[in-house]
Amino acid sequence: MTTVPVVKPVTTTPPAPAATRAAKKVNIIGLERIDYKGADSTLCAGCGHDSIASQIITACYEMGVRPENLIKLSGIGCSSKSPAYFMSRSFGINTLHGRMAPVATGALTANHKLHGIGVSGDGDTGSIGLGNFIHMLRRNVRMVYIVENNGVYGLTKGQFSATADLGQELKHAGKNELPPIDLCMEAIAAECGFVARGFAGDPKQVVALIKAALSHRGTAVLDIISPCVTFNNKDESTKSYAWGRARDERINDFTFVAPQDEIKVEYGPGEMKEVELHDGSRILLKKLDQGHDPTDRLAATNLLQDARDHQLFITGLIYVNTERQNLAEHEDLGDVPLARMPESRLRPPRESLQKIMAAMA
Amino acid sequence: MIVAEVESAPQAASTSTPDEQTPVVNDFCINVATKNGSGSATANTTLLRALFKMGIPVSGKNVFPSNIQGMPTWYTIRLSKDNYIGRRPNAEIVVAMNPATALEDHQKAEPGGVFMYADDIKIPLNRTDLSYYPIPAKKLASENETDPKLRTYVANMVYVGALAQLLGIDLLDIERALLYHFRGKRKPVETNMKVVKLAAEWAAANLKKTDRFRVQEMHATDGMIMIDGNTAAALGAIYGGVSFVAWYPITPATGVADGLNEYLPRLRIDPETRKPSYSIVQAEDELAALGMVIGAGWAGARAMTSTSGPGISLMAEFTGYGYFAEIPAVIWDIQRMGPSTGMPTRVSQGDLITAHWLGHGDSKHVCLLPGSVYECFEFGWRAFDLAERLQTPVFVLSDLDLGMNQWMTRPFDYPDQPMDRGKVLTAEDLNRLGIGGFKRYKDVDGDGIAPRTLPGTEHPLAAYFTRGTGHDENARLSERPEDWEGNMERLTRKFETARELVPRPVEERVEGAQVAIIAYGSTDFAVSEAREMLAKQGIKTSYMRLRALPLPEEAKAFVAAHEHVYVVEMNTDAQMCQLLRLHVPEAAAKISACNHNDGMPLTAAWISTTIVKKEKGIH
Repeated sequence: MTTVPVVKPVTTTPPAPAATRAAKKVNIIGLERIDYKGADSTLCAGCGHDSIASQIITACYEMGVRPENLIKLSGIGCSSKSPAYFMSRSFGINTLHGRMAPVATGALTANHKLHGIGVSGDGDTGSIGLGNFIHMLRRNVRMVYIVENNGVYGLTKGQFSATADLGQELKHAGKNELPPIDLCMEAIAAECGFVARGFAGDPKQVVALIKAALSHRGTAVLDIISPCVTFNNKDESTKSYAWGRARDERINDFTFVAPQDEIKVEYGPGEMKEVELHDGSRILLKKLDQGHDPTDRLAATNLLQDARDHQLFITGLIYVNTERQNLAEHEDLGDVPLARMPESRLRPPRESLQKIMAAMA
Repeated sequence: MIVAEVESAPQAASTSTPDEQTPVVNDFCINVATKNGSGSATANTTLLRALFKMGIPVSGKNVFPSNIQGMPTWYTIRLSKDNYIGRRPNAEIVVAMNPATALEDHQKAEPGGVFMYADDIKIPLNRTDLSYYPIPAKKLASENETDPKLRTYVANMVYVGALAQLLGIDLLDIERALLYHFRGKRKPVETNMKVVKLAAEWAAANLKKTDRFRVQEMHATDGMIMIDGNTAAALGAIYGGVSFVAWYPITPATGVADGLNEYLPRLRIDPETRKPSYSIVQAEDELAALGMVIGAGWAGARAMTSTSGPGISLMAEFTGYGYFAEIPAVIWDIQRMGPSTGMPTRVSQGDLITAHWLGHGDSKHVCLLPGSVYECFEFGWRAFDLAERLQTPVFVLSDLDLGMNQWMTRPFDYPDQPMDRGKVLTAEDLNRLGIGGFKRYKDVDGDGIAPRTLPGTEHPLAAYFTRGTGHDENARLSERPEDWEGNMERLTRKFETARELVPRPVEERVEGAQVAIIAYGSTDFAVSEAREMLAKQGIKTSYMRLRALPLPEEAKAFVAAHEHVYVVEMNTDAQMCQLLRLHVPEAAAKISACNHNDGMPLTAAWISTTIVKKEKGIH
């Protein structure tokens, strides 16, 4: 198997303001890393989900996201517990099993100025909530949609999920005879403009993906293979740490550059492809010899099909397209979020009702 | 066809028994039988509005199939000089345009009535108690309209013209009604008016009037408007400041979304920025629709959805979630006949108990019960105030009859109070309260309602975690028994607060009355008329019209003050009757069901006959 260079994660941490530099390390908006922490996790020791929660903290801290301006969402399941384990200063909502997508659609339309990070699982997104997931992607709600994918139902103790690979074996469930649903493939089919796969065992790449996803114009789907240490972590499991570590094949080497950052990566002429994201951030992709072009939708589909056919563990940015407008843009929402409008904007004047009444007489 | 009411139906309360020669003016029913998809809706609503514009109290009811084209449809117009606008079982004037139902339609015409029919319908016209008027609908239409599609449509205008001539409807009123229908567009008005006029002329020349029915201008509708309940609901929501709508198409609730789509762009675009103060999302299903509404309500929008029975079923889990996580939402249920797909185009009040207790575990919900299109508007805005004050899903239970039919009403009044946005803490409030001062689920005021903050409030103490799992006062996950019980007790306390906040019942006590009627929703029209009929038979009745759940304290005293209490409603299980028996257990024995559920709006005749029988001990 080809080895691809390691992802170069975010380049710079901006210097802290001079006054506080000596005392504490702070980010661009003057907050410490501790301001991004959450409650103690109650997941199993070594759970991939905890690693991802910690990468969310890193990404948001390093990008200087104001915690109050971000909402955390989830469905139900082990993965969906994790919003409690990062960023306690952000509003969180733990919804129903499989129903994060509609709640996020409503919340982020009501207040389209907020960032949204959703954490769901493969049962939540791939089974009970698959329909809602697809429809959210059609609408292109601006948010980061993370699927912590471990191929198994954890909270109900070890049933196959819809993303379990063909032939996968589990202690109680036996052998999986059904083909898996590939959530990245589903996302591309639904015109999602940011589709990536990560591995909880590769935190640096996960951080880089989250940062780019936070800067995306619409829904950004991160399908992160996140091993379940209790029910699905045998070495021969395709969703185990051992499998991922042995076979993780990065499809691209990219650098995320925040709007305020300078580009510090050196590439030779013609070696680099640049994708500008909605907030002015950029993704710099190094063109590899037989590299994948994530702006090519057909190539992205072929890549996933190839990985499926040969059971390859590919990670990286699979598809990106920043052209399609998001739901808030489609709804032509203005500067004041719907949820923050005063009565004067929400209740039409008295005369307007009299006019309507007169017309109906 | 419609409904066979076998018991000898008493005449409408107002109608005396006139002798054969006396003209019957402004007090009869017209029933038009057509096929659906034939364009008869234009003709029928034109007729209705023309009569309304003549100042005659009218109501129109469309009895239609769940189908797009070709199946039988009936439209009934009731004219009532005495202002009774509930349904009557049969019509004096039958217009038969559909060969498939002509035999039955013919049979159902009231004795002494009229049978007007398209002259290509061949059935035995063997009744001696009817006036027969054949009309050349196809001929007149095809002679005057070259477009074959329009020809079918304008054929219906032939009966409009013929009826206008026979009954004495001013053609100017027909034209005004058409102008309303086509929103001032001259071309279709002219096309239709041409046929109306020709038909009227043809009728004048060829039909000899042998019946007693006619119309005469009145002033009983002066200052009134005519509107359907779904549009009224949409307008109410708009004046209630709705800012987020998610919905999924379903009969008979789609009209609410249609109304929002029609009026929001006209009323809620900022004149300076040209930006909307709303968003409407057509969801992938009802489950997602309420999920979006819950998300938007949590974020601070005034969010609503509208649906009917099957959609309510799909919303069960989110409704329970909204109750427990305490998120405002407004859910309109335009009730239709269930269970299952049931009869999607027929009316019922069968969702009462479902909506009241929707969700698993212990959950209970506020339900508003509009009894007129006026209240559809009023509850349209009040529902948001209640939902945000109580931080909970609020149902508004309308029905197909209110929602889809045209009703006359006094014009809607502008909301008489500013919006109540409930207990929402701002960043300044949080500064004042300091660390530990804001507890999301702590009952600070003793009314069961805890304060909330909205996502995006820029204060380090603003955030909290919303969940459907057990939680303590600080919104932290908790499975401690005392936390659970404390929370549920507070929710029950909040429900008692709701009992005081919801619209009060409308009560009319009659001195000396031992019999009382309790009803709600669209049955009000029939109940009012039934009370007159009962009074004429010596049965005085008091009346309480319930306007919301939870049931009011007032209902206890009302029940206590009467010997027999009849609960009139349109469902098979006598749902409100059961709720009232639970509400007033000590008087349960004197609360009787007076329920009927066949898909048609209740008639005054059925109500009064049933109560008379029960009073006389006939079962």
